[in-house]
Amino acid sequence: MSLLYIRKDMLGPSAPPASQTGAIRWLRENLFSGPVNSILTLLAIYVLYALISLSWPWLANGVWTASSLQECRSIVAASAGPDAGGACWAMIHERWHQFIFGFYPPDLWWRPILAFGLLFVALAPVLYADNKSAMSKLCGLIGVLAVLCLIGADGFSFHTVLAIALFAGLTAFAATKPRALLTVTILFPFIALWLLWGGSIWGPITALLGFMVMAMIYSLIAPKLGPVMGASLGFIAACLWWLFLQSYVSEAWQALLPLELTYVTSDKFGGFLLAFVIGVASISISLPLGILLALGRRSDMMLIKTLSVGFIEFVRGVPLITMLFTASLLLQYFLPPQTKFDLILRVVILVTIFSAAYNAEVVRGGLAALPRGQYEAADALGLDYWQAQRLIIMPQALKISIPGIVSTFIGLFKDTTLVSFVGLADPLRGITTIVRADINWKGIYWEPYIFVGGIFFIVCFGMSRYSMYLENKLKTDHR
Amino acid sequence: MAEPAIDRSKMQISDEVAIQITGMNKWYGTFHVLRDINMTVNKGERIVICGPSGSGKSTLIRCINRLEEHQQGQIIVDGTELTSDLKNIDKVRSEVGMVFQHFNLFPHLTILENLTLAPIWVRKVPKKEAEEVAMHYLGKVKIPEQAHKYPGQLSGGQQQRVAIARSLCMKPRIMLFDEPTSALDPEMIKEVLDTMISLAEEGMTMLCVTHEMGFAQAVANRVIFMDQGQIVEQNEPREFFNNPQSERTKLFLSQILGH
Ligand SMILES: Nc1ncnc2c1ncn2[C@@H]1O[C@H](COP(=O)(O)OP(=O)(O)O)[C@@H](O)[C@H]1O
Ligand SMILES: [Mg+2]
Repeated sequence: MSLLYIRKDMLGPSAPPASQTGAIRWLRENLFSGPVNSILTLLAIYVLYALISLSWPWLANGVWTASSLQECRSIVAASAGPDAGGACWAMIHERWHQFIFGFYPPDLWWRPILAFGLLFVALAPVLYADNKSAMSKLCGLIGVLAVLCLIGADGFSFHTVLAIALFAGLTAFAATKPRALLTVTILFPFIALWLLWGGSIWGPITALLGFMVMAMIYSLIAPKLGPVMGASLGFIAACLWWLFLQSYVSEAWQALLPLELTYVTSDKFGGFLLAFVIGVASISISLPLGILLALGRRSDMMLIKTLSVGFIEFVRGVPLITMLFTASLLLQYFLPPQTKFDLILRVVILVTIFSAAYNAEVVRGGLAALPRGQYEAADALGLDYWQAQRLIIMPQALKISIPGIVSTFIGLFKDTTLVSFVGLADPLRGITTIVRADINWKGIYWEPYIFVGGIFFIVCFGMSRYSMYLENKLKTDHR
Repeated sequence: MAEPAIDRSKMQISDEVAIQITGMNKWYGTFHVLRDINMTVNKGERIVICGPSGSGKSTLIRCINRLEEHQQGQIIVDGTELTSDLKNIDKVRSEVGMVFQHFNLFPHLTILENLTLAPIWVRKVPKKEAEEVAMHYLGKVKIPEQAHKYPGQLSGGQQQRVAIARSLCMKPRIMLFDEPTSALDPEMIKEVLDTMISLAEEGMTMLCVTHEMGFAQAVANRVIFMDQGQIVEQNEPREFFNNPQSERTKLFLSQILGH
């Protein structure tokens, strides 16, 4: 018998057999692949059916216009029989603004709306770096939505015209010079601060000056004593500026050149306005802070390492609620008595610190996952520590950490509801309690939670989808 | 193995010293990994370092650009002594290119970005100029058409050639190679060796840790054999292979060459 075999002609590729594709095959493979799987599928279908058949009439009988829970109930009874249940969406219809704006004066709603719109413009260059068309689409869409909201809130007023011009200009910018939008990103915190709280425009401008003080001190000291020393001294100088000098300078300018919006105190903030203020501020500060902490924890310098580890472990070991109580009580003792330290600001600082510790650990995980060869290659090419971190290490470590970071962000955003413990009107407990205290809506239970839960879900789901988009976009290992 | 035809016209060894190592010792904790290393490398030399695994070859060449720190003795690279002074370290690193066993390309950057990164940020070369230089070297390593792909899309041999080009973009005076072909499939080894040979033909000062004895015989002017953290024997390649002196060298050569 001969072992010789020679192929005469090579085979070309051919189409897959029909059973590789198609819905029936998918069903069989995924839902009915064996007896256990089939039973589970049937059980799941039954549970779904039971849930829907129980809640559907309640949802379908929902009443959208009524002035009290009693009226809702009588409308439902009249249309669907005395025993039928029905949702009373009329409460949402009547009180939605409290869930959204808290107690913010209605004639000033245009300010949070504008700030919220600008938030997305500021985010555009961060979310879609260098992708002009996505950026300008986002800006345009947000512009249209913001203007529609403004018309709804205010009619066709001066602010609406202002907003149309502003968003049109920004969209044009996004389409032509996307990099210039980064200026909006940098200025946004100060613009938002001013729009939301109002008061003299010199407040945010002098706050911005604090950062310039920091940059100046840094550039003076860093060449002599190194970047870490420069950054910490700069930070201390900026804090001194904010705590002691800023108010005098800003008052002086206000006396010279008065420019102000009606001042809105922090106790007027509530609902999702409050959740977003705390969430957005904490998210955007806690990521860079977390990165620095993660680097500190891996640093060779004993002092920095010990401080970072101590900070992270302490903050992670203490419940957020404890820290919030601290925010409302203890900080007051430590700071000079004449400083007016706003409760929302205090909460933002504490929530930021809290999530920075978590972010630090997530980022550290990403750093640990990088092969040592990446550091060595960066070193061998002559990049210094910060260049290597910024150009080589962080882009990869953060990419690995995206799912974890987004989880922290989602957790943080939902945790903003805990501020109800220090007397702030969060959408979930704060506003709902207030609404239920109204004699007209006493006894309403599911509807506000469904409404608030739905909005939370949309926001968190959005973040989650964005993170998946980002992971996909940054995927460069085409194996 | 047939010896490739090599153009030796530019392979000249000058009297100028490129690397001077005297009385150098290094420990990992209590483990004495490099023991009393003395060596002088002149400009234009092509040195192959070989020896059994764990003998300290990688550690030695990693000390030359201070990826590892030595505890005793002196290392002077191109006139700059390596101490804990960061300025000196950065200076030496920008003059010395290094190629790793596992390429260590930056996977999140395109090939072109891998090549232009260090020139732009370390040498402060304008982006456009850096890209021209990068394309020039990609042409030299014969893969200019891959410039806009990511490292993950290239074969091992191509990645290693990109890594060599990345080092060359910094216009180094000395190149260090740490087993550049050990992680490659056999059919890709040759393309990388060819690149290294053409580099030698241009007169580059090279230190290569490698077990490619064909390459050593063809290109090197000196072979250094290390064992247990020490330089045991060095000689010009023909003598080294045909007439090894030390018992350790004989044993090593019989293990990697003879069967
Ligand atoms: N970072 C390190 N810490 C401790 N020991 C090490 C380290 N790196 C290498 N070694 C040890 O030093 C010796 C020499 O290693 P190396 O220079 O990599 O050898 P070679 O490259 O010749 O195979 C080996 O015994 C190895 O286990
Ligand atoms: Mg080695």
